Amino acid sequence: MATDAADQHNGLLVEIENLHFSRGPRQVFAGVDIGIRRGEVAAIMGPSGSGKTTLLRLIGGQLRPDAGRIRVDGVDVHSLRRRQLYQLRKRMGMLFQSGALFTHLNCFENVAFPLREHTRLSQALIRHLVLIKLEAVGLRGARDLYPAELSGGMGRRVALARAIALDPMMVMYDEPFSGQDPITMGILVRLIRLLNDALGLTSIIVSHDVAETAEISDHIHVISAGKIVESGPPAALRESRSEWVRQFLNALPDGPVPFHYPARPLAEDLLGSSAGVGVS
Amino acid sequence: MIEWLRLFGGQTLAATARLGRSHMFLMRVLLGMPGLLLRPGLVVAQIYSAGVLSLLIIVVSGLFVGMVLSLQGYNTLVDFGAEQSLGVLVALSLTRELGPVISALLFSGRAGSALTAEIGLMKATEQLSGMEMMAVDPEHRVVAPRLLGGMLALPLLAAIFTLVGVFGGYFVGTVLLGVDGGVYWSQMQAQVSFTEDVVNGVIKSLVFGFVVSWTAVFEGFDCTPTSEGVSRATTRTVVHSSLAVLGLDFILTALMFG
Ligand SMILES: Nc1ncnc2c1ncn2[C@@H]1O[C@H](COP(=O)(O)OP(=O)(O)O)[C@@H](O)[C@H]1O
Ligand SMILES: [Mg+2]
Repeated sequence: MATDAADQHNGLLVEIENLHFSRGPRQVFAGVDIGIRRGEVAAIMGPSGSGKTTLLRLIGGQLRPDAGRIRVDGVDVHSLRRRQLYQLRKRMGMLFQSGALFTHLNCFENVAFPLREHTRLSQALIRHLVLIKLEAVGLRGARDLYPAELSGGMGRRVALARAIALDPMMVMYDEPFSGQDPITMGILVRLIRLLNDALGLTSIIVSHDVAETAEISDHIHVISAGKIVESGPPAALRESRSEWVRQFLNALPDGPVPFHYPARPLAEDLLGSSAGVGVS
Repeated sequence: MIEWLRLFGGQTLAATARLGRSHMFLMRVLLGMPGLLLRPGLVVAQIYSAGVLSLLIIVVSGLFVGMVLSLQGYNTLVDFGAEQSLGVLVALSLTRELGPVISALLFSGRAGSALTAEIGLMKATEQLSGMEMMAVDPEHRVVAPRLLGGMLALPLLAAIFTLVGVFGGYFVGTVLLGVDGGVYWSQMQAQVSFTEDVVNGVIKSLVFGFVVSWTAVFEGFDCTPTSEGVSRATTRTVVHSSLAVLGLDFILTALMFG
């Protein structure tokens, strides 16, 4: 196909062009362009509420953009029919922020779930595959545990094993490091890089944990107020001339991004009547 | 006054929108039903879990309802010297009305609320979203088996309820009140018709099973994905499906026996 040729030429697996998306009155994206190359670990960073999770859901086709285009492996995600979209999703793994493990299944069955749903492999073969995936994340010994019995970091690793169960071409990670202790974080950081290179994946990490993400990513896209404010390799971004990017990457409390959510002056709020509080 | 009107209009609109959503949802779920033919195990598992959840409460309630029917019926019948008809009274009340209706109400409180909570929590913990991203449609994989399972489980439960109730009535009638046991059974056998009474009772409980399960899975699927949203959805399941069962019972009764 022509698109394939063009795609091989520029080497992009995910192309986001002029993306616009609103949640009710709030515009989450106002013209976002991102290109993610095959085989790289790309990071999308931005403060909480900047729409990182939303972006992953748009790429996965769970949400529809208001304008713009998202192409994955050469095909426009939102022009696909349902069946084709589901075919595409089999080749995308996604790690949800909460892990999203099935609480009524143990680790083994959680990882086996996509295999049982999408393949007709024998029980013996499924067992082999599941154990290999669990081994890859170091949790083969935990196969009989239920999600409630796992620590947060272990839960994410099981979810990761499940995300790669069908040998996808790419994996999307939603805040893989948030709320983890330093050791777990280190494990996850290395695991993501290792799996990416060993399995020939393309990885998209969405995060606001600057140091950990910068450590393993080839490319960082910083998102703010619905736009990409800066893109580049981690080293280049640390030298960025943008005050905002420096504030974000160096975790300064106040700068171009105010500490306060927009509000009336404090004195007015404390002294004033309740006017404006009720229904407008 | 304007405020009140606006509130009323808003709520009416919201309710209409919900009703519309629930029908669209049902259509999509029904599209997943053919796929279940290949995997009957999923449905059997749901019949089993919905059935087991409600079995004990159904048996106990059936027993007491049968006993009370017998007691009350006897007191009335004996004034006319018609206590031989006790078996007929108990059996007809149970197969036509009380079996399907009370089972459905209990089923909605026990299995229906559990169903809503289960699906709602799966939604709140992103399990449904995760499933979608694994290219598995939760409406087909999670909802369809539960809807069908609930619909098939209720007639079984209603049959058990009725059976236990008839025996409860027998116990009170013969042992406590002194009605002849042979008469109790033979009158029942002579007067209760399979096509008229039993089949209609089964149809009722199929309809109720469908309505209760539909309400339960829809409320779970449609809930606000927070703990508060799930708890509200659970309450709504019980209230709405109970009202629907009672309302439909009147309509069905009018059509069948009216
Ligand atoms: N289901 C939703 N309904 C309405 N608004 C939402 C919903 N989910 C997210 N939002 C809004 O979209 C914005 C982006 O959210 P999100 O993508 O979750 O941010 P992030 O993952 O970067 O923290 C937020 O302002 C949030 O309030
Ligand atoms: Mg998020």
